[in-house]
Amino acid sequence: MSLAAAVRVRRGALDLDVDLGIADGEVLAVLGPNGAGKSTLLRVVAGLLCPDAGRVAVDGAVWDDPAGGVRVPPHERALGVVFQDALLFPHLSVLDNVAFGLRTRGVRRPVARQAAGRWLARVGLEGLGDRRPDELSGGQAQRAALARALVGDPALLLLDEPLSALDARTRLTVRAELRRHLAEFAGSTVLVTHDPVDAMALADRVVVVEDGGVVQAGTPLEVSRAPRTDYVARLVGLSLLPGTGAGTSVRLDGGGEVAVAEETSGPVFAAVRPESVALYLSRPDGSPRNVWPARLVGATPHGATVRCELAGEVPLVADVTATSFAELGLAPGSEVWASVKASEVTVYAR
Amino acid sequence: MRNRRSGVPAPLLIPASLGVAFLVLPLVGLLVRAPWGTLWSQLTAPGVGEALRLSLVCATAATLISLVLGVPLAWVLARSRARGRSVLRALVTVPLVLPPVVGGVALFLVLGRQGIIGRWLYDVAGITIPFTTPAVVIAETFVAMPFLVITVEGALRAADARFEDVAATLGADRWTTFRRVTLPLVAPGIAAGSVLCWARALGEFGATITFAGNFPGTTQTMPLAVYLALQRDPEAAIVLSLVLMAVSLGTLLLLRDRWLGRAGAGMAA
Repeated sequence: MSLAAAVRVRRGALDLDVDLGIADGEVLAVLGPNGAGKSTLLRVVAGLLCPDAGRVAVDGAVWDDPAGGVRVPPHERALGVVFQDALLFPHLSVLDNVAFGLRTRGVRRPVARQAAGRWLARVGLEGLGDRRPDELSGGQAQRAALARALVGDPALLLLDEPLSALDARTRLTVRAELRRHLAEFAGSTVLVTHDPVDAMALADRVVVVEDGGVVQAGTPLEVSRAPRTDYVARLVGLSLLPGTGAGTSVRLDGGGEVAVAEETSGPVFAAVRPESVALYLSRPDGSPRNVWPARLVGATPHGATVRCELAGEVPLVADVTATSFAELGLAPGSEVWASVKASEVTVYAR
Repeated sequence: MRNRRSGVPAPLLIPASLGVAFLVLPLVGLLVRAPWGTLWSQLTAPGVGEALRLSLVCATAATLISLVLGVPLAWVLARSRARGRSVLRALVTVPLVLPPVVGGVALFLVLGRQGIIGRWLYDVAGITIPFTTPAVVIAETFVAMPFLVITVEGALRAADARFEDVAATLGADRWTTFRRVTLPLVAPGIAAGSVLCWARALGEFGATITFAGNFPGTTQTMPLAVYLALQRDPEAAIVLSLVLMAVSLGTLLLLRDRWLGRAGAGMAA
C-alpha cells in the first residue's frame, strides 16, 4: 500500500510541482504555509482535482496519468479523507455517517451499521451513534470523521489539517489518539498541516512545501534540527542565517560574521536557538566572539520567557526570562547587545 | 429622543404602512362584500366543486412534473461546468417574465394541431393536446416550473459542495451522491420551491385560457371560473375567490409549519 505521486498543477497564482513517495504503513506529513499548495496536492491524490501533468500510483495501480489518458474517478479510489471541518453529513446520524462508505460499496445496511458501531467504539464514541452530527463536540466530530474514513479499510488515508479546527486542549487528546490509530493503520497516510507539532508528533517523514515546490524533506528530527528555509526555521523556533563557511567562522550573506565551533567551508546555514542568545544593555566584558549590536523590534510573552525579535546586521530571536526582561528595562526600540557562544551555533551545508 | 432600535423613521414608516394597506385591503374587501347569507348555496352550486377539484389536480400534476424535470435542471444550472450555462439560465427563467398569454400562444404554436410538434402528434398518434385537461397541466407547468428551478438552484448553490467531495471519497458515484447527499441537503429548498410552484400553478389564468380554453369540467379551473362568474354573477365570483384564497392560504400555512420554517432556518445557516 505504497503511494508514488508526481503532481503538476497550475491554478491561478499557484504553480504546484511536487513528487511524493510513501511506503506501506508510513505517515508522511506535508508541512507548509497557507497557499503553498498542500490542499491542492491532497485534492489531486484524492481524485477531486485533475492534475495538468504527472502520475499518481498506489500499489503499482495508476490512478492518474494525464499523458496516458488514465484517470480513476475519486469514488473508485481506495482511500479515506478527513477534512479540517469534520464535514459529517448533517442529515444522517453519526452511525450512518460512519456506515456511509460501506453502503456505497454495496455492503448491506445491518452489516454496515455493525461495522460502523465497532469503529465508533474504537475511536471512543461508543453509544453516540444515534446522535446528529450537530450534537457532537468538535473533537467528537473529528473522531467520527476518522472512523468514517477508515471504515472501508482504505489503501491510503489523507488527512487535511485534521486538528486545526479544534481548541488547544482537545487538539492534544485527539492528536494522541490519532497517533495510536495511525500506528495501527496498515496503509499509507498523507497528513497535510501547517502545524509543525502535528508533523513532529504524527509523521515518520516530513516534506516541506512552499510556493508549490518541495523545499526540504527528511525525518521530523532532521527537519527540526536543520531547517533549510526561514519558514521552517521560524516554525521550529530557530534563527536561520545563510552564509559561507571559512574555517571556524561563517560570513553571512546578509553581512556580518558568526564564529562557530567546527571548521566549515562553502555555502552553509548557521542556526541559532533563541534560548542561547543572551542580551546586554552594554557591550559585554571579556571577549566573546559573537557580539552584535541590535535593536529590539518585538517582544511577545512565551510562558515564563519573553521572545524578543532583534533587528540589526545579524537578525536573531532571543528568549529571555520575564525577570531579566524587566531588570534590563527592555521595550521595543531598545538598543541592546546580543551574544551567542560559538559552541551554541549549529552549522550545516546548504 | 427616538429609540433608534425600535423606532421606524417616518420616511420609511408611511410608505410601509401604505404598502401593507394596499396589499391587505383588497382581501378585506373580499371578506366584507362576501354574500355570507347565500354562501352555502353558492358553494354547493354545480360547477364549483368541479372547478376546484380540477384546479387542485392540475396544479398538483404540474408541480410533480416540475419536480421531475426541474430538480435535475436546477442541478445542471448549479453544479455542471458546461459552457452556455448562463444562457441556459436566462432561457429557463423567461417564463417568469413572459406574459402568460404569450406563453399560451407559444404553446399553441408548438403543440397545437397545426403546431411544430402537435401536427406530428396528431398525424402519428391521433393525439390532440389543446383544449384538454393535459393542456391545462402543460400550461401551468410552463408558467410555474421556473419558480421551482430558481428556488432549488439557489438552495444548491447555498449548500456546501464539500459534502459532495466527501461522498466521492467514500465511494459514492455522482448519481449516488446526488441521491444520498445532495437531495437531502437541499430538501427544504425543494419543499419551498414546490409550494411556490404549486401556488403559481393554482392561480394560473392567461396561458391556461389561451392554450386550454374554458370548458367546464375539463379545462375550467378556479381562476377561469372566477373570471367567467364576474361577467354574469359577481356574488358567485366573490365566493369562488374566497374558496381559492382559503385553499392557497391554508396550504401555505400547513406547509409553513412542516417545511418552510425549516427551509428558512436551513438557508440562514
